[in-house]
Amino acid sequence: MTDISSPYTLRSQRFRREREADWARLERLMDKVEKGSAAKLTDDEILAIPVLYRSTLSALSVARETSLDQGLVEFLETLAARAYFFVYGSRATLQDRLARFFSNDWPASVRSLWRETLVSGALMLLGAVVAAWLVSIEPDWFYAFVPADLAGGRDPAASTETLRATLDGSEDQPGLSVFAAYLFTHNAQVAILAFALGFSLCVPTALLMLYNGTMLGAFFALFASRGLGVEIGGWLLIHGVTELFAVTLAGAAGLKIGWAVAFPGDSSRLDAAVSAGRTAAVCMGGVVVMLFVAGLLEGFGRQLIVDTGARYAVAALTGLIWAAYFYGPRGRAFRGL
Amino acid sequence: MVSESIGKSTERVFVTPEGVDLRLNIGDAGQRAAAFLMDAAIIMAVLVGLTIVAIFMGVGAGAAGGFAGVEVLAVIWLLVFFVLRNFYFTAFELSAAAATPGKRMFGLRVASRDGGRLRAESVFARNALRELEVFMPLSLLISRADQGGAEGWMWILALVWAGVFVFFPLFNKDRLRAGDLVGGTWVVRTPRRKLTRDMADEGAERLAQFVFEPAQLEAYGAKELHVLESVLRQRDRGTMRAVAARISTKIGWTRGFDDRDEDFLSAYYAALRGRLEQRLLMGVRRRDKHDV
Repeated sequence: MTDISSPYTLRSQRFRREREADWARLERLMDKVEKGSAAKLTDDEILAIPVLYRSTLSALSVARETSLDQGLVEFLETLAARAYFFVYGSRATLQDRLARFFSNDWPASVRSLWRETLVSGALMLLGAVVAAWLVSIEPDWFYAFVPADLAGGRDPAASTETLRATLDGSEDQPGLSVFAAYLFTHNAQVAILAFALGFSLCVPTALLMLYNGTMLGAFFALFASRGLGVEIGGWLLIHGVTELFAVTLAGAAGLKIGWAVAFPGDSSRLDAAVSAGRTAAVCMGGVVVMLFVAGLLEGFGRQLIVDTGARYAVAALTGLIWAAYFYGPRGRAFRGL
Repeated sequence: MVSESIGKSTERVFVTPEGVDLRLNIGDAGQRAAAFLMDAAIIMAVLVGLTIVAIFMGVGAGAAGGFAGVEVLAVIWLLVFFVLRNFYFTAFELSAAAATPGKRMFGLRVASRDGGRLRAESVFARNALRELEVFMPLSLLISRADQGGAEGWMWILALVWAGVFVFFPLFNKDRLRAGDLVGGTWVVRTPRRKLTRDMADEGAERLAQFVFEPAQLEAYGAKELHVLESVLRQRDRGTMRAVAARISTKIGWTRGFDDRDEDFLSAYYAALRGRLEQRLLMGVRRRDKHDV
């Protein structure tokens, strides 16, 4: 290294020499952090990083304006970017995040989606009513709405006795947990698809909601035509209150995004999509939790609780719990979105 | 502020809360696709491994006569598959590196487009849309179109429609997936770069031997200076000789008998940089030799 007092030393060289040690320190710290040992940083180091980051950032601004040493500017750009991602990276612990999600973010997002929730629920109901009406006049419509593998023999060709037997929960006792896991993963996948489809301007999500409704309506009409209306109600609703609510919310989240993309209002299309996407994503995270609960209720609760009255009681209870959780009055700690 | 025109096609304005533009480079389509394929390969490998283990253990459990054992395995398999499919990307992108193993391999990471913190819901949203961009087109592809007639045409139309989402990143300049659009994120490159030697360190020493006239330092601008910098860094003899000859002719420098090319070039580099930086302090940036 040259003598610092040399008369030929450039101003930019001096600038660099005075700060080089700080940059090297920040670089070492970033190497450490990026190797995944952020927890091993000492208190001093944690306090030093933001200071070093800001001084590096200001050095970058100065260097861009006064130095023509290209290597220096490029180095400072990458170092500042690395430090930026650490300083502004999220460092909330998983526990804090989960606590905030359940106490605030999730109910707040569900609340703010109330309009979409009503629309998505209405679409499903419409599908159910139309399908029920069609099946009640012409049972063959059933085959159009329910795929054979899902019906599993519960179709208009089956006798009333067979239909009744499928409702009492005694049939597939041994494989219960597999069944529950399968139902959960399958339904969660459909819900996530409903959400993702929303991006293509609402229409596919709306169709999926309608279709979901038609399956429900077709089943109901089939059983009702054999005088099993009350029983099928209990059989569906014990988990259905949770599951259908979850699917409705997933549809609502999809609609929210699609609507924001199609009709962004005052903000730009991109900004509208981003803000809608954030609300909807929080809601979707919760939907997966709800579907997990629904899967448990469907796989275990329905097979173990066979009394129709008890099934209705469970259904009403879950409905009450969800409604109170999402829409009930909140304390002051609730910040909303 | 005079903006430098070094802009590469992948460079984007990215202003930190402190108001400094970091000029990040976005990951191009090839890197993104490669990173995704890498992640997909990892997921597949885990699933295949898990399946093999499950089969062996299932055979063992079945032999032991316990149906319950097989059942537990099936549940675990289903849940692991679900978690991998939906949360592999989310979990890794929520970590400090903000990148899946595939992305890390290619020096990529996810960042919030507005320069703020990368939020959990953004990461969740960008990955939930993979259902639309990856899994739906895949399942469409797998479902056979052997019915012919109208069904076949429907299948082709559906495939085209799904293709819109698959190739979405190719149709916007920031290479945003539909998921990035909704999550408010983008994928940027975060290379590591060592601080290279300041080429003026050697040149400044030699300025005592080489004295340039002010007029001789007016010949070039910043762009030529940067070219000279990289020539000096590479230290290739042939190139240095050619460049030295070119510069001496241009500025009318008579070479001494024992002047080494490298000494001359580094001295000229230091002198030119000193001159240009002096003018920079006065607010005049000379981009290249044509810029007066």
